[in-house]
Amino acid sequence: MNGRILSVVGGMFLLTVCSKGDGSIHAAPPAAEPPTPAADVSVAGGTITGKIKFTGVAPKNPAIDMSEEATCKAKYPSTPTEENVVAGAANALANVFVYVKSGVPAGQTFPAPATPVVLDQNGCRYHPHVFGIMVGQGLEIQNSDPVLHNIKAIAKANRPFNVSQPSAGMKTTRTFSAPEVMVNLECNVHGWMKAFLGVRPDPFFAVSGADGSFKIAGLPPGTYTIEAWHEKFGTQTATVTIAGTETKPANFTFTAH
Amino acid sequence: MIHALLLVALVATQDTSAGKAVYTKWCAGCHGDNGAGDGAGAKHMIPPPRDFTGAIYQIRSTPSGQLPTDADLMRSIDEGLFGTAMPGWKTRLSDRQRRDVLAYIKTFSTFFADTTQRPQPIKFGSAPGGGSGAEALKVGRQFYDSIGCRKCHGDLGRGDGPSAPTLKDDAGHPIFAADLHENWRFNGGGTVEDIYHRLRTGLDGTPMPSFSDLLENKFLTDEQLWRVAQYVRSLSPAEAPVVRDVIHAPLLVKALPHSPDDSAWTAVDASWFPLVGQVIRKDRWFAPAVSGVWVKAVHTADSIALRVVWDDRSQSPDSAWLGHLGRVLKTLDSDDSTPEQPALWPDQLAVQFPVSIPTGMERPYFLMGSPNGPVYQWRWSSSSRTTAVAGLARGIDRFDPLAAAGVAAQAVYDHGQWRVVFTRGLASSDTASQLPFRTGRAIPVAFFAWDGSNGEHGTRMGISTWYFLALDEPVPARVFISPVLAMVLTLGLGMLVVWRAQQKTSYRRQQ
Repeated sequence: MNGRILSVVGGMFLLTVCSKGDGSIHAAPPAAEPPTPAADVSVAGGTITGKIKFTGVAPKNPAIDMSEEATCKAKYPSTPTEENVVAGAANALANVFVYVKSGVPAGQTFPAPATPVVLDQNGCRYHPHVFGIMVGQGLEIQNSDPVLHNIKAIAKANRPFNVSQPSAGMKTTRTFSAPEVMVNLECNVHGWMKAFLGVRPDPFFAVSGADGSFKIAGLPPGTYTIEAWHEKFGTQTATVTIAGTETKPANFTFTAH
Repeated sequence: MIHALLLVALVATQDTSAGKAVYTKWCAGCHGDNGAGDGAGAKHMIPPPRDFTGAIYQIRSTPSGQLPTDADLMRSIDEGLFGTAMPGWKTRLSDRQRRDVLAYIKTFSTFFADTTQRPQPIKFGSAPGGGSGAEALKVGRQFYDSIGCRKCHGDLGRGDGPSAPTLKDDAGHPIFAADLHENWRFNGGGTVEDIYHRLRTGLDGTPMPSFSDLLENKFLTDEQLWRVAQYVRSLSPAEAPVVRDVIHAPLLVKALPHSPDDSAWTAVDASWFPLVGQVIRKDRWFAPAVSGVWVKAVHTADSIALRVVWDDRSQSPDSAWLGHLGRVLKTLDSDDSTPEQPALWPDQLAVQFPVSIPTGMERPYFLMGSPNGPVYQWRWSSSSRTTAVAGLARGIDRFDPLAAAGVAAQAVYDHGQWRVVFTRGLASSDTASQLPFRTGRAIPVAFFAWDGSNGEHGTRMGISTWYFLALDEPVPARVFISPVLAMVLTLGLGMLVVWRAQQKTSYRRQQ
């Protein structure tokens, strides 16, 4: 998911933004906006990249007792731990969901990709642990473990669900109908299994990698509020103005607690 | 036309306000003024009342993630949710009131106004025949294992599976995996159909998932899923237990069974006694984990044995349940100003008798006696499971052990169930404080249980009221001999009469 690039740039933006810096984008007549398919537009657009770090000492991830599930336990050379805080070198922070919270013009719609996001249950852990998905995009949940998993989505804006996959090879596809940051996924059979997904109406989101870096590309010019969400350290926001095809930085530093 | 429209609008608004009035009067106390499940009573119950704002409902006929139908909601309003604090309202509110309140409850969530969220009930078939046969139950058991029911519900279905201590609902409240031996407490009903429906729909908001995808994935057939439901149903008694007031203790001619699993117990009838939370004295306890006790008793010429069996998901103290315990203490309001910290409390049981068999109707105060009216108790704890302590309780917070206890105990913990046998001599050397047991008398008895892993200790417990124990009198030998004697005598007399008559007849012939 990291570095997902979906180039969606409407002609309307290019036309309007050149002259505007005051946020009156909505003044453009809606009739002038043709239903432009995303694929036809070039990758042109602004990019926001950044590094996410934290200060302080990261809390230790609790060890997972997998003794009840020998087949899962066998997939790890040493005792697996939870992934509450995944830190890289020099206090880089992974698994931070970064997304454009506001600034994308209202009324602009983005088609959901036909390719589903795949969530794998493997070794009694979710892969990926934090990810983004678009409204209407398929979430394909698969089980690579020969044990019972249930997949419970805890959501407010979306309908929650709770389905079961008692054997390896099972697949279930679900979709989400409303933006929501974040929807929690959990397995009640294995209380340590947690995943978080951000449901967005646009493709402008990313998840920080092991080195703490992220990249959101294809942004039309405008002023955006970027939010970075971490499951333990909370949220931070930054404001970034994109004027063309430039790349702007947005770095976040969380405080460990 | 305008008048008609106005009338329609008026009726519509009246419906909501009528529903609101019913809601405010009957529902808001638990479910809260704004439907968020945060009424005044909410902090005294586990599971907590439904939060209507999320429109997440356990009991539905629709797939997991869908809204319930109106009929689903009406069923929960009418029947209540068994095993919870939610009562049925069918007999308390009129049809109109219940329809109005249903409409009002739906206004708490925008999901019901969203026309894209039309609930589509699942088309359930009907149960395949032969559901109680050995072959069907074997198939059911096989899939009970393979679809992973045991993970939460346990190998024998008592809600004691390896994942049971970690379970919580969507809001983080503690939740028990259902004890499948108590189908009268299943939230959505205890019939085979009810169980099958829950397997298909899941109980949204709880850890119980839907198993419908398994049919689509051809992991098992619809018939096999029905067999799981039939197997689960078979774990509970055919009928929900009925409370009978008297425990009959038959006289045994063989040795007294000291062990809980002695074969002598199989021939003895069990009596079921429900327990409720101790909400009379502080600290009160609104969420007892032990729902009731099954009791058997026998006696010999000189001793009595009392066997108490109850389902308990945890063999306390067990550190695996500390997380659950913390959630329980966090969810419930405490009478104490400072919330209690989780600790490793044991499981406990107390059997209570009066100090002497009452001659009249009056019995000591059922809740562990009073300062001037003590009660005689046997207390057992899982921390010293092969001993029991006899003593006098003088109120809920005062228990004085007696020096010469005279009572012994043996206990077995087996897959979510405690089985404890108390034994004592019938006679007592200390008749002033230790009840002498006598045959042919109604001896008051009451029960108290604590599940340590659920935060129960001290005054936080499950309690019963007074019931009776009756030691059946030995039948005197004359009871058996007299009828035989009478029969022999009658036969003899009859034969004499016949013989005499025959004598007379032959005498006349000779003449």
